[in-house]
Amino acid sequence: MADKKTGVYICTDCEIGENVNMEKVMEYIDEECSPAVLKQVPFLCGKEGVAQIQSDVDNEGINRVCVAACSPRVMWDVFDFGPEVVVDRANIRELAVWSFKDPGLPESEEDEMSDPLTMMVRDYIKMSVAKLERKTKPEAEPLELDKTIMVLGGGFTGLTAALDAAETGYDVVLVEKESSLGGFAAKLYKQTPTKPPYEQAETPVINELISRVEGNDKIKVMTKTSLQLIKGAPGKFKATVKQGDEEQVLSIGSVILATGWKPYDAKKLDSLGYGKIKNVVTNVELEQLAKEGKLNRPSDGQPILSAAFIQCAGQRDPEHLPYCSSVCCMGSLKQAGYVREQNDEAKAYIFYKDMRTPGVYESYYRAAQDDPGIFLTKAEIQEVTEGENGKVLVKVTDSLLGEDFEVEVDLLVLATGMVPTIADEPVLKLGYRLGEQIPDLDLFDGFADSNYICFPYETRRTGIYAAGCVRQPMSMSTAKDDAAGAALKSIQCLESINRGVSVHPRSGDPGYPKFNMVRCTQCKRCTEECPFGALDDDEKGTPEPNTTRCRRCGTCMGACPERVISFDDYSVSMLNEMIGSIQVPEDEEEGGYRMLVLVCENDAYPALDMAAMRKNKWSSYVRFIPIRCLGSVNTQWIAEAMSKGMDGVLLLGCKYGDDYQCHFIKGSELCNKRMDNIGETLERLQVEAERVQQKQVSIDEYDKIPKIIDDFIEQIEGFGPNPYKGF
Amino acid sequence: MSNNSILVIGGGFSGLTAALEAAEVGHEVFIVEKMPYLGGRVAQLKHYFPKLCPPSCGLEINFQRIKNNPRVKYFTLAEVVSVSGGPGNYEVKIRIKPRYVNNNCTACDKCVQVCPVERDSDFDFNTGKTKAIYRPHLMSFPMRYVIDDQVCEGTSCAKCVEACEYQAIDLEEKEKEIVLNVGSVVVATGWVPYDVTKLTNLGGGQISNVITNMQLERLAAPAGPTEGKIQRPSDGAEPKRIAFVQCAGSRDQNHLDYCSYICCMASLKHCTYIREQYPDAEVVIYYIDLRAPGRYEKFLNKIQEDDKVLMVKGKVAKIEEEAGSGDVIVTAEDIMGGVKVEERFNLVVLATGMQPSIAVEDLALDVSRDEHGFITGGEEKGVFAVGCAKMPLDVMTSAETATGAALKAIQTVRR
Repeated sequence: MADKKTGVYICTDCEIGENVNMEKVMEYIDEECSPAVLKQVPFLCGKEGVAQIQSDVDNEGINRVCVAACSPRVMWDVFDFGPEVVVDRANIRELAVWSFKDPGLPESEEDEMSDPLTMMVRDYIKMSVAKLERKTKPEAEPLELDKTIMVLGGGFTGLTAALDAAETGYDVVLVEKESSLGGFAAKLYKQTPTKPPYEQAETPVINELISRVEGNDKIKVMTKTSLQLIKGAPGKFKATVKQGDEEQVLSIGSVILATGWKPYDAKKLDSLGYGKIKNVVTNVELEQLAKEGKLNRPSDGQPILSAAFIQCAGQRDPEHLPYCSSVCCMGSLKQAGYVREQNDEAKAYIFYKDMRTPGVYESYYRAAQDDPGIFLTKAEIQEVTEGENGKVLVKVTDSLLGEDFEVEVDLLVLATGMVPTIADEPVLKLGYRLGEQIPDLDLFDGFADSNYICFPYETRRTGIYAAGCVRQPMSMSTAKDDAAGAALKSIQCLESINRGVSVHPRSGDPGYPKFNMVRCTQCKRCTEECPFGALDDDEKGTPEPNTTRCRRCGTCMGACPERVISFDDYSVSMLNEMIGSIQVPEDEEEGGYRMLVLVCENDAYPALDMAAMRKNKWSSYVRFIPIRCLGSVNTQWIAEAMSKGMDGVLLLGCKYGDDYQCHFIKGSELCNKRMDNIGETLERLQVEAERVQQKQVSIDEYDKIPKIIDDFIEQIEGFGPNPYKGF
Repeated sequence: MSNNSILVIGGGFSGLTAALEAAEVGHEVFIVEKMPYLGGRVAQLKHYFPKLCPPSCGLEINFQRIKNNPRVKYFTLAEVVSVSGGPGNYEVKIRIKPRYVNNNCTACDKCVQVCPVERDSDFDFNTGKTKAIYRPHLMSFPMRYVIDDQVCEGTSCAKCVEACEYQAIDLEEKEKEIVLNVGSVVVATGWVPYDVTKLTNLGGGQISNVITNMQLERLAAPAGPTEGKIQRPSDGAEPKRIAFVQCAGSRDQNHLDYCSYICCMASLKHCTYIREQYPDAEVVIYYIDLRAPGRYEKFLNKIQEDDKVLMVKGKVAKIEEEAGSGDVIVTAEDIMGGVKVEERFNLVVLATGMQPSIAVEDLALDVSRDEHGFITGGEEKGVFAVGCAKMPLDVMTSAETATGAALKAIQTVRR
């Protein structure tokens, strides 16, 4: 490997040259870093500027380039000199020149102390050089892997996903615990419309789907089979399945969870007559009767001349299911149609809270409204009682008619909701140190969902993607698209592993955390704190990393007290050196205070850039270092900053809590917890705990940044300088 | 021989998702976007429902993914002129309009300061103005300014060229045409808000204090035309009583007879915007059905707990302006109460619906659509509609359909 040769290039445009004492900066950098090349270049991002760097790369053997100019978020395609050259961007435009607020310090006579802006620029360039010296570009390690995809659940979604993957060229194993395929879709008499004009119920497609799956040689169908255990990691899962008495271990690359739903327990709806009055059934039971051609009164087999439907039965209700199951409005319109098609004179009453036939499905509602035998009204159900001759009496109030009334019907249908299969029984059975299920299901009411609106398939277990009603209550049309989405993600995961790179959100990153186990003290913090369950451990407690489960957030690195863990391009010692290169004035009255600000690069860093772009100014005492995630903050960095005499450390990152923004799930939350420990340590050293603080910043809260920073500075100034300064 | 690359028409959230998901499987993707920036409609929103998180968060991650993936190539100010061929082998002609600003642009803003011409900001739905040369929005990607040549005075003025220190402006830039060869096509052309001026009985486009839901998004947006202040257009005053008119032009056989899906949730979300700024403002939502399906129900519950938000089931029949005060008088039926009401508000928001963009501006692609312009077919041709080009969807389901379509597109090119 070639020796490291660093070139430092400082742009003098974008107001940098006119505000910064360039000569002084060049002098400092030359003296303190001695880079092989050191140049001031006007308009560095222009063709000639870039050509200068390229020429030094070609002729001087420069392979480490510091571009001291604008934010790394802009001109990103311009400063690329090939795979052998490591480039670092020192943001001296947005984070220094554009946001500079003169602290009003007395002008210094000493050579050491230049104006604050110049000192800031020097620090940023020095930090960049320190980083370049420790940074290696990670090389991708393509892995041999198993490309078979396991689909759990042979219902509509599972069947669709299996076909989607098979038709893209991948082998699939479809595991279904019942003896036949089709799930609830196979129990439908008709399905709600999926084709324009969306006005009529359709013949179910499930049988055709089942035939296609059974006829596809890339799909191995295993019915009457249940999953016992999944061990390993994406690309090399070992799944134990049991068919009858026989157990088999399958080699699997990725998993699609499509185990669907089960109906809400209607026995809890006895207040609506279920279980008490014979002619009260659920929507699921009605569908079954229709499918069997037995759509008659359960009490005596007599024809149904009138039926009532109570929507949101046991849903949208804090006593039962707090959510809405999305499909029951459409379902009841369909079932009202069943009653109507049997007999022209039959009547159907639908009592709803809101008629949820969104989007293009509005036409189906309109078609029902046009049917003279279907009567729909918003209403509250007051009481359900049994009438004469098995009839059901439904008393309603608060209806659109403006008055209370009662209907007497042959059949009452309770439109009950859906509960995901994983809500109370472990379906997934992962042999992971951190548990067998996808964590935090209570956040999603038991569904295997993603907390990201933009990234609906990102669960907390890499290589495992959920689709269909196990993920969210959804119609078959939506489930069809959802299955394809999960199939894509499971394939993408395999292809990423094949290339040796990470998946979302650090898609394409070839690096991964490396463990120097010699120093490991088996404290288990990394294992327990990994948001993705990427680490297992042995009997002694030594972590066992699983690279293909890893998302490269660095939370493990942040957790480790012994600095066992590092990335090729991001490590504890790298940041220690960067922090060490910040010059801390001994007398804060002459040189000002110094605060380190560790900034999450996903949300907080762009917010900083935007704040600067909007001409916000803030204290020049701060030095920003971008980091991957607050979860990766190792307390060493804080210790380093404090021992170097810095007066405070501010951590800026994503929101945590139930509506977390953190792209690595728990990063900022963990950091916050760790801060409590730091606070204790500081207090023992007789240093104020509030010298180290964490603040949550959304990417659009750029206008709050100056106040966050300035309030922090003010607090620190109130405490006075770090008592260990100058030691 | 089949071509392995995929064309995505439209660089909004659906288009970006489809492109990135396919590129990360390993395919080359081209994004063709007609605006000067990527991100589409979501870049115009302040927050998403129900999480109330900023769209720029997900967009930032997607732009990072683009930056790190050499397989993704994008063209802005670009439109499809013609498509010929078939699945596995399409030849697509793209017209790229001149931006007049090149890669040297550092976003320093000096050109804007000297430009003498002002224009209505389409990004802000005409609630604000920009100069003829402008940055599309605060976090534009690509971060380059653009000139609206419909209003620019051209070389006879050229003040921006003089002011630019980086030779980033070329007023003589011409239109370009390029040809792309791809194996399949993803149509992600998205939606436009229904033309509010057609809602004459609701004062759409006529009464100054009657605005649309998208206009409210821009007023509330932190870097928007009013720096985030929700104020009345007529006098900039703080609105104390605000009405939302749901299904304005949707579920209506005189306008759009389908439901636009997102407007109920959007108005509930707007209540949070209002409440954040005005703790005492009173809000009335006139609705037909409150469509907060699935787990969105919890968001509805949260807004229902706000005792200064009243939800009234009933259609709004008429909206009139009161001369002098600028106040708006709303005549509506309160169905549950069984009465007709006439109420005074300071500001009225029409929750207008969505039309597929291609219903308003046609796409040069032969693919079946329904009567509203939503794409209903094309799969056999290797053409896949995603997001709101397919049907009214929210961001999450758009991302879903886009991820699935990426798979279908890949299947087509692998065949």
